[in-house]
Amino acid sequence: MVKKTVSRCYLTVIFLFLYLPILVLIVLSFNDSKSRVLWGGFTLKWYFSCFQDETIMNALTMTLKITVVSAVLSTLIGTLAAIGISAMKKKHRAIMLGATNIPLLNADIVTGISLMLLFVRFTNLGFVTVLIAHITFNIPYVILNVLPKINQANRYTYEAALDLGASPLYAFYKITWPEIKSGVFSGFLMAVTMSLDDFSITFFTKGAGVNTLSTMLYTELRKGIRPELYALSTLLFLLAFSLLLVMNYQSDRELRHHPTVIRRSE
Amino acid sequence: MKRFSLRSVVLSLTVLCLSACGCARGADGPKDSTAQENDALVVLNYGKYLDETVIQMFEEETGIDVKLEEYESPEEMYTKFKAGSIAYDVVCTSEYMVERLISEGEANEIDFSRFTYYKNLDPEIIEATKTFDPETKYALPYFYGTLGILYDTTIVSPEEVTTWNILWDETYQDSIIMQNSVRDTFVPALRLSGSDINTENPDELSAAADLLIRQKPIVYAYYVDETADEMAAGNAAMALVYSGEAAYAKELNEDLAYSVPEEGSNLWIDSWFIPKSCKNQENAEKFLDFLCREDTAMLNFEYVWYGTPNLRVKEALDEETLMDATIFPTPEILANCEVFRQFGQDTTALYSYLWKKLKSE
Amino acid sequence: MRRLMRQLLAGPYIVWIIGFILLPVAVILYYAFTSDTDSFTLKNIAAIADPVHVKSIVLSLKLGFSCTLVCLLLAYPLAMILSSFKFRHQSFVVFLFILPMWMNFMLRILSWRLLLSNNGLINTFLEWTGIGRVKMLNTPASVVFGMVYDFLPFMILPIYNSMTRIKDDIIEAAKDLGANRLTILIKIIVPLTLSGIISGVIMVFVPALTSFVISDLLGGGKVLLIGNVIEQEFMQGTNWNLGSGLSVVLMIFVIASMALMNIFDKDGGAAVW
Repeated sequence: MVKKTVSRCYLTVIFLFLYLPILVLIVLSFNDSKSRVLWGGFTLKWYFSCFQDETIMNALTMTLKITVVSAVLSTLIGTLAAIGISAMKKKHRAIMLGATNIPLLNADIVTGISLMLLFVRFTNLGFVTVLIAHITFNIPYVILNVLPKINQANRYTYEAALDLGASPLYAFYKITWPEIKSGVFSGFLMAVTMSLDDFSITFFTKGAGVNTLSTMLYTELRKGIRPELYALSTLLFLLAFSLLLVMNYQSDRELRHHPTVIRRSE
Repeated sequence: MKRFSLRSVVLSLTVLCLSACGCARGADGPKDSTAQENDALVVLNYGKYLDETVIQMFEEETGIDVKLEEYESPEEMYTKFKAGSIAYDVVCTSEYMVERLISEGEANEIDFSRFTYYKNLDPEIIEATKTFDPETKYALPYFYGTLGILYDTTIVSPEEVTTWNILWDETYQDSIIMQNSVRDTFVPALRLSGSDINTENPDELSAAADLLIRQKPIVYAYYVDETADEMAAGNAAMALVYSGEAAYAKELNEDLAYSVPEEGSNLWIDSWFIPKSCKNQENAEKFLDFLCREDTAMLNFEYVWYGTPNLRVKEALDEETLMDATIFPTPEILANCEVFRQFGQDTTALYSYLWKKLKSE
Repeated sequence: MRRLMRQLLAGPYIVWIIGFILLPVAVILYYAFTSDTDSFTLKNIAAIADPVHVKSIVLSLKLGFSCTLVCLLLAYPLAMILSSFKFRHQSFVVFLFILPMWMNFMLRILSWRLLLSNNGLINTFLEWTGIGRVKMLNTPASVVFGMVYDFLPFMILPIYNSMTRIKDDIIEAAKDLGANRLTILIKIIVPLTLSGIISGVIMVFVPALTSFVISDLLGGGKVLLIGNVIEQEFMQGTNWNLGSGLSVVLMIFVIASMALMNIFDKDGGAAVW
């Protein structure tokens, strides 16, 4: 009992640590003063004005476009790559994993500048270059999420399915997919998150007219960040948060519908 | 379970289609922009440094589309600019950056005789731009101001901030904010040791660096953009800031005041220039001329609230604004201030090294 | 044959690696080994021996180690508690920890500044309780704090993941055989989660070593990490050759530390999550 209380307290402290700054930002989004350090009373006006501001809406659309497209493509390429890598010999696998680690190892600014230097040799900077850059730094997260799942999966069931006449695609959906699904999903999620949060790499690879919420925030630092951006960030966060709750609620329901899969915690 | 996987297949297919569309549109992207590039004017400016209604007015009156790009620090801008990554048509930046780009042959000459409203500009400020544009044919001054001390009047008295020495006063332990950029932070140290702010003498620079290293223990932080907010929150007693930031901070907190010490300081003149990459010189000049018109200049002044070189705007302002030395430095202050000059490679490297030395202490 | 087919799936990625990972690295290497006149030189690499650079890399290593250690000490018990909950969807836990990242990074760090500053909420609270104000911001400690905040999820997730894979039966068996809690922890849980620990350590140590934004925002620009030096050379000093040279040195440091970790990891270090 005591142990339970202690662990609950510990959990609370850690989550407070992770979510406290977010709480502060949410409070700021209701602040009727443009300063982020002075409280000017409660207001909802930023929530309305953020949707009327054309620049903010453009940046939001651009952010969503880049995030979704890059996350989907990197999940696709990354998952295929993970399957391929898992079938490789140890030596080749080590080379592939080494290369995969490079974008994770380099400081963002170095990755950003080196990509920029490369791009300008061949093309104008624009939407596509940002997209390529995002896919580049997203793929490793996908691979690192999917690969362990594939390694854990039982390879022989898949082989057996093929031997029994299943087409590779059918066998993949029936055997492999269920086993790696959660890895692919969390890889996708990581990709979305990383894309959403990136500044340095986007900054160096973007061209005129391509503006994401991150790059917009940085240009506003000097003369005060528009409170509309706090409001918009809050909305984005709450959206993600409610998705999480729905997901959890759904899995609870699934649990109740399939009582056999419940694993009681001791 | 079967239904679930079916659903996920459908879902992933939809997402794939969507992404394919997005991609196809993405591939069209640059084509769009090349189509637009012929008539759209790509303007590069500091963040929040231009009233957007001015752009709308310009688009309506001339039928020229404007694409506004914003950046945060001149160095970032330079990095992107030098990589030749974007074809900008007209750029606004700090005068030392303008000078560097002029010296690198990156700027086009501007024919000011074709301008209708160039005469609105203060001849004194145009004179001051000669330090970096000797024949005044490349740069158009946009806003100007000084570097000085923003202080909290409840802690520091106005008499104290008449000298840079106050920034070395140990009674203000942990309440002094310096700039996180090398040139600006060196100004007080150079002026205190009696050197020119544009000195390239290694001994003088090292002496100034030693002064700054001595100061570091009492410095609260080296900030770039957050200074105004930090001061408004009362987190420090004094800060080395640009007059523009000081004006913004004073708006937030009435207890704050701004002073330029007697030893002298830096005069900055953010200016427009037309880079070599400009595709339509005529439109770019039209845009710059438009910015000099009294009504648009007024809109921009009211948006930015920095010192404007536009005399027609100044005429329309009330006494109180004109007398505010945070916005319009007095002639005495101006006489004491110098414009930053661009250095050669050696001095730049030395500055960079001394800065690292200071920071790693 | 089938194996080859499977390997071919990695084809698009291999193209991607060559085009967008190796080529940019080649660009950096080119700059690192040339001077501004495009002639071969080693001075950009040798520059690491300069006392200023040595100081900053030592500081980076020190802060990186502290951050990794704190993360490990915080994350391990947390992962144990979390794994005792037995969520059906592991993604739920993953989500819980990466959700904060949906708020822009800079906004979150600015928010910490608001909390930690001299007149900030925490200090106001401390004053109210009678403890008195504490200077927290703009010290190496606040930089480590910010790093821990930002990188903690990357330590928790792999450890949690490897923890959930431990079968209850093994623990039960150990209990039946008379092992006490400590023995179970040391002899069973830690060895079985070792690969998770190693992944976590790498995922935290590497970004901590190369970070530069946190030290600027929470260190008040008074803490110079090697990342800051590189950033300065690229942005302010505009000496891309030196910046690239130092980046290459930093890469070597990172690779060396990863190789060191891999010695402990018998599984080949694939299990990051």
